[in-house]
Amino acid sequence: MADETPKPEELIRIDHAPPKTDWMEVPVNIRKGMYCYASNPKSVEYVGLPHAREWNPLDDDWKLPENWQEILHEGFKERLEKFRSFKVFMDICVRCGACADKCHYFIGTGDPKNMPVLRAELLRSVYRNDFTRMGKILGKANGARPLTVDVLKEWWYYLFQCSECRRCSVFCPYGIDTAEITMMGRELLNLIGLNIDWIATPVANCYRTGNHLGIQPHAFKDMLDFFVEDIEEITGVQLDYNLNKKGADILFITPSGDVFADPGTYTAMGYLMLFHYLKEKYGLDVTWSTYGSEGGNFGFFTSHETMKRLNSKMYAEAKRLGVKWILGGECGHMWRVINQYMDTMNGPTDFLEEPVSPITGTKFENARSNKMVHIAEFTADLIKHGKLELDPSRNDHLKVTFHDSCNPARGMGIFEEPRYIINNVCNHFYDMPANTIRENTFCCGSGAGLNAGEDMELRMAGGLPRANAVKYVHEKHGVNMLACICAIDRAALPPLMEYWVPEVDVTGLHELVANALIMPGENERTTDLRGEDIPGREVVEEVEEGESEGESEEQADE
Amino acid sequence: MKPAARDLRVRCSSMNLRYIIPLIAVIVLFLIAYLGAQVSGLQYVFGVVIPYLALITFVLGFAYRVIGWSRSAVPFKIPTTGGQQKSLPWVEHSKFDCPVNTWQVVVRMALEILTFRSLFRNTRMKLKEGGRISYQLELFLWAGALAFHYAFLVVLIRHLRFFIEPVPFVVQLVENVDSFFRMEIIYPVFKFGLPGVFISGFLLLAAVSYLFLRRLFVRQVKYISIASDYFPLFLIFGIAFSGIFMRYVTKVDVTAVKELTMGLITFQPTIPAGVDAVFFVHIFFVSVLLAYFPFSKLMHLGGVFLSPTRNMTTDTRARRHINPWNYPVPVHTYDEYEDEFREKMVEVGIAVEKMPEPAPAEAPASDSEPEPEEEKE
Repeated sequence: MADETPKPEELIRIDHAPPKTDWMEVPVNIRKGMYCYASNPKSVEYVGLPHAREWNPLDDDWKLPENWQEILHEGFKERLEKFRSFKVFMDICVRCGACADKCHYFIGTGDPKNMPVLRAELLRSVYRNDFTRMGKILGKANGARPLTVDVLKEWWYYLFQCSECRRCSVFCPYGIDTAEITMMGRELLNLIGLNIDWIATPVANCYRTGNHLGIQPHAFKDMLDFFVEDIEEITGVQLDYNLNKKGADILFITPSGDVFADPGTYTAMGYLMLFHYLKEKYGLDVTWSTYGSEGGNFGFFTSHETMKRLNSKMYAEAKRLGVKWILGGECGHMWRVINQYMDTMNGPTDFLEEPVSPITGTKFENARSNKMVHIAEFTADLIKHGKLELDPSRNDHLKVTFHDSCNPARGMGIFEEPRYIINNVCNHFYDMPANTIRENTFCCGSGAGLNAGEDMELRMAGGLPRANAVKYVHEKHGVNMLACICAIDRAALPPLMEYWVPEVDVTGLHELVANALIMPGENERTTDLRGEDIPGREVVEEVEEGESEGESEEQADE
Repeated sequence: MKPAARDLRVRCSSMNLRYIIPLIAVIVLFLIAYLGAQVSGLQYVFGVVIPYLALITFVLGFAYRVIGWSRSAVPFKIPTTGGQQKSLPWVEHSKFDCPVNTWQVVVRMALEILTFRSLFRNTRMKLKEGGRISYQLELFLWAGALAFHYAFLVVLIRHLRFFIEPVPFVVQLVENVDSFFRMEIIYPVFKFGLPGVFISGFLLLAAVSYLFLRRLFVRQVKYISIASDYFPLFLIFGIAFSGIFMRYVTKVDVTAVKELTMGLITFQPTIPAGVDAVFFVHIFFVSVLLAYFPFSKLMHLGGVFLSPTRNMTTDTRARRHINPWNYPVPVHTYDEYEDEFREKMVEVGIAVEKMPEPAPAEAPASDSEPEPEEEKE
């Protein structure tokens, strides 16, 4: 796969000039490297979504249900009534073009249909034809067209080239949010069984095993045990953790990706170390859960209903375990769901308490209704109150920059907390240029379920603006570590960096925290959590190499 | 047909048609009004009947659209957060980009609607030699849009003079400010500056021209533009131009015009003598714009107030938002989960709700089990 991806010097030759031909007359060309494989029918069936079947995007015949047009028309109509956002966004765009060059996929590919306005017009053109009088009268000249198979294929191709990052919505004078339009479009596609497998199978896995990766409970425990061993090797501290523990103070939920693959695993180790520290010092009892072993929610990329079905486990598990409130790990879209959807979908949560940090006494007023606190808020509060003993010089070999993940940025607004933490656990922090961070941040290029292997060209192109900004601080300040608070980032950014800025590595926030955290009774640290020597602290005698375990990661289960 | 000729036709039939059709439409509208006004009986149609119908269409259509939108539910609170959330007390909260209460939302909306704040953020991406991408502040669109809308507003306020007697102080004030800049050219062959020049009219004309030329010459914007983007621009150009033409060139009989407009507003319509044909073109264009308004993108005037990514608070975790159509969904319960994995859980010492039966009935239908996700690359 990877060798078919164009080289960086080829991919950077981007022509942003649109073709001469009217966009409606340019037929969709579903190109290898740019699309994700079709959903596995078993996965679609497992969660009871309609029209499960084998199909191939490259085939002419997508084996659509006979009345697919009617299904989509009715589905469209229903969503116009259920979502004011959808209806208003269909109606009020003036095509001013402010969004055009704000999309990372447009910047990276030059494909005009990746301009947010045109992505929306793909649906809007059908909306005009089906639901407005004006559209019918003027037809094509007024941007209206009937829904044909070709149009449908265009929808599918480009709705799975949007990572729902909402950057365009920041710049739109009416706040038109392409994420919202893509979500509706994908819901419609799911009505006729047109999902991608990188979304459909994690959804099925999550429904069954509690997490996207399909890790069964015993294997999940194995993995945590494995971290415990590693931590002991590095720090000399033997720690303990809770799993599915009833009566714990706090339930901790984080994306399973961090339990599964590097470099997220180091962040997961960081969580374990932090919780151990808090237990030892302050008696705080945090539990992990196997049933709720997924923070992320690929249902969010499928339909609102699927999102709700998967999300329901968080409150259900908190209730079953009788915890006081829920703490959420570092993850992007997970936090969009938690922040903007969870309480509405699966609340109210009268069985939980308003979140208070038992250590600092801080009331997390901003989470008083949905009872879920972001770990960056939690840790920043601990640091502010001097509750963590930290040695930031252990991160001195790192020159760190911070990638604001799209959803926590534009669906939550968590900007200062992670930066505060980094500044307290690292001595060298450099932000990327202002137009590429905070609410202007660029997507990793692989969000919203597009983090597959087969669409590598799309991912590298879409990640270009992010990588370009990293390259800037790398060249200017020698930045060698890209920190983020998202598990998809931790999976997506390493190959992106490898491709565009190979000198930069990727880390989670709590890996940095754990590196700096002085654990009670620990040995002097000579390596960081990755088992790499900390410059100036190496032990002279040969240390056994702390297994830079790569692909050989324990297979999930079975 | 030769390929080249066909190619040409395809090209004409595609993108250029998108402005040619509306241009022709506006020219036809002009001819209808200009010629129609020459026919004595039709003056009443253009000066009275059509304006009334247009106004009714505008009011009812506008209301219909806004009611249509407000009938659609707002199931989730989905504001775009453009700044720091309100979280810990020592973290500075960005009140107007991440508002948590109504008045902060009002300020955010006011900034959006009155100053086009989001457009003010506009940047222009450039891919430079050596592969570096830059994003520079680009305020032409913001300035053009602001000039267009405010000039239009001032023109509208000035026109209240035709519908209110005596002319209110506010209108006079706006007029004074608008004509603050004075320039008079008096030659035997060319007179300009009398009556006093209102800047707003010319600014409107300039802004609307800019918005049109931008559509024509900025490649990406041309690519996305459709007929209904050009049509109102041509129409508004026609309105501004005919107005300016009347005022400064044909020197329309203002008293007669006011008699007509006051007749409209007091429901005693009359067509006084001496009203110029250009006036009928002007009022016809305005009527078309009013009638067209509710069925077009011009409804962004109403829609901008209803955009859920801007007009909602960001305190979604602190205050529960209610989804009016929230419904129960099938879920995979903990019990079902434990039933499937109980033995494995017990084996590794994970606490369970129910201890397994002595003789376990194993293996649920394995063919319906999804494959575990393989890690990519």
